[in-house]
Amino acid sequence: MSIYLDHAATTPLREEVLAAMSPYLTEHFGNPSSLHATGRRARQGLDEARESVAAILGAKPREVVFTSGGSESDNLAIKGAAWAASARGRHIVTSSIEHKAVLHTCAILERSGFEVTYLPVDRYGRVDPAELDAAINEHTTLVSIMYANNEVGTIQPIAEIGAICRQRGVLFHTDAVQAGGFLPLDVDRIGVDLLSLGAHKLYGPEGDGALFVRQGTSLLPQVQGGSQERQRRAGTENVAGITGLARALELAQAEPASRDAENARLASLRDRLFSGVRDLPGVEPTGHPVERLPHNASILVDGVEGGDLVAALDLEGVEASTGSACTTGSAEPSHVLLSMGFEPERAHGALRLTAGRGTTVDEVERAVAIIRTVVRRMRDPMPARPEVASA
Amino acid sequence: MARVVAAMSGGVDSSVAAALLAQVAGSTGDEVIGVWMRLHPDGGEGYEQSRSCCSPDAHDDARRVAQLIGIPFFALNLERSFGERVIDAFADGYLAGATPNPCQACNQYIKFDELLRRGLAAYGAGQVATGHYARVEERDGRFHLLRAADANKDQTYFLWVLDQAQLARTRFPLGALTKPEVRRIAAELALPTADKPESQEICFVPAGDYRELLAERRGYTGDPGPIVDADGTRVGTHTGYAHYTVGQRHGLGVALGEPVFVREVRPASNTVVIGRRDEVAAKRFEVEGRRFVAGEPPGERFNASVRIRHRGAESACEVTLVGDDRLEVEVADAVWAPAPGQGAVLYDGEECLGGGRIARTA
Repeated sequence: MSIYLDHAATTPLREEVLAAMSPYLTEHFGNPSSLHATGRRARQGLDEARESVAAILGAKPREVVFTSGGSESDNLAIKGAAWAASARGRHIVTSSIEHKAVLHTCAILERSGFEVTYLPVDRYGRVDPAELDAAINEHTTLVSIMYANNEVGTIQPIAEIGAICRQRGVLFHTDAVQAGGFLPLDVDRIGVDLLSLGAHKLYGPEGDGALFVRQGTSLLPQVQGGSQERQRRAGTENVAGITGLARALELAQAEPASRDAENARLASLRDRLFSGVRDLPGVEPTGHPVERLPHNASILVDGVEGGDLVAALDLEGVEASTGSACTTGSAEPSHVLLSMGFEPERAHGALRLTAGRGTTVDEVERAVAIIRTVVRRMRDPMPARPEVASA
Repeated sequence: MARVVAAMSGGVDSSVAAALLAQVAGSTGDEVIGVWMRLHPDGGEGYEQSRSCCSPDAHDDARRVAQLIGIPFFALNLERSFGERVIDAFADGYLAGATPNPCQACNQYIKFDELLRRGLAAYGAGQVATGHYARVEERDGRFHLLRAADANKDQTYFLWVLDQAQLARTRFPLGALTKPEVRRIAAELALPTADKPESQEICFVPAGDYRELLAERRGYTGDPGPIVDADGTRVGTHTGYAHYTVGQRHGLGVALGEPVFVREVRPASNTVVIGRRDEVAAKRFEVEGRRFVAGEPPGERFNASVRIRHRGAESACEVTLVGDDRLEVEVADAVWAPAPGQGAVLYDGEECLGGGRIARTA
């Protein structure tokens, strides 16, 4: 059985989540827009899920829009808000280490005449709030800065950024897909107008997400059709998936004390991973030493190709990633590491290990031993030609 | 337990090669690892139409086959070395007035060198298996490279560059099979690649026109220059010497009352020399960069047969070592248009001895 250390890519479905979803895949199959009893029962599930998500966010139920996942939430937030405010201005500020769901969305807006400022980050992947303040001008309508980074786990000074946005009168969106299972999501405390969540990063199902949209924020819908989600996102709701998202979020966040206890447990596993490999020559942790997600141990390994390392670890029973599950097979080194100032040659050697609810100390110890063996093997000066066996 | 990297291009041959290895892996204790190499950017729509081995379709097909035969599957990015050692070398070959042989370069530097080394370092795999039609036999403490059972498909013409160390780590599961047998196996296993057409063109020149590539990689767009006959008389104008290849008949725009062919390409003077059919044939030629599969030549002077193009006719010849690097090849019957840069591959019956690249005639 493999040791799964790729929880930032996706997480297994929690049993409680499956149990919550199951009735909506079977007996409560109705369309929430139907008037009859079967439809009303499905509508009840949808309403309850919305209330539950809203409660976690400290928001009103009407401020929650369900989507197909984090990427769609990011698209709806950025395109939706940018276009709706385009009569006032066409300038967006984001950072250079965002997920591609944000970066590529901004790029498509650039093609439509929007101007986008990509803020740099420091060696640890943090945005400087003062630079953000300086980047906002009279044409700026939207700022989009992620809560925590998917590759290196760095957490942004999100409340400070929110305060600046509020003071400057611009909308603030945050991609909280990676942070959703770990960090406080109270939208007033962190001062966001738009916040993206994805269910499958927090032991919910793939294909479900949510976008918090602060009341009074205009959005141009990106999917046209029926009047679902208060005309912000057309299409018959995926009630089972939405129920799963709500339950998963509740399990992760409803009890801050148990959330923090699990965070502490994960952080100790993460630190074991770090301390288990960092004495290997040419291994360097990436991301912020303190302000980082509790489960993320990301490192650079000099002189190896991250993709080869991940494949080698897989064959030895450790499942990890190079930094992002979305860029597998790419020749380009991580844009996040390049933005953090790492040389392209070094950035090729990225490895991301992310622990989860099921990860044990024993698994981490075994993984460390395997990583050490594999890195040593790959580091051995490669023979220019393989040796002949006998001749 | 031995780990074997099965190079999977997404074509029927490498699919069946991997499947055959996977079938016996249970009993041999081998572990087969499917690897698809990204060798050049897929370039989007235009390329997707092609049968190139690096299109997204090829990757999908290779992955599906790996799933069906139950082996792990990884994509390996070798774009950089393939770009330098194969694509740039290809462009530089034309710029030097030669006819480069990219499949041979790919075998020499990519499949049986970098893939072997990466496979060993990353996967702990001591061997590479490919879908080539050829055989390796260990006999008398040496590895011998032998022709495939299917004479029509034999690919030793592209494999003569392999040395003992490489052959020791190479497996050709299709060596004893014919192409129809391979297709039948693919159909029996219901592999999605069973009916895929043969790929004939150079994988990174999908439309078969390399001129664009010369412009892209080396900024060569070609200056018009003279086409001359054997006497040096100007008989036409060409679009740039590197656009021509020895033996070429079409696209010369020269009418001399009988078929004419490119006989020589002279980069220094940007001249293309043409000749009649008999003027393009040769009884003797030299090769450079000689290599012998066994590590040493059979002798200072020896008899063999030579092939100067893939699937080309084979000619009895006498071979003489010249200097450190060269061979002189004298054929019994004149061979048609030996093109500088192409391989001249030597055989002794079933066995591929090695060879070299045809040198420019002084």
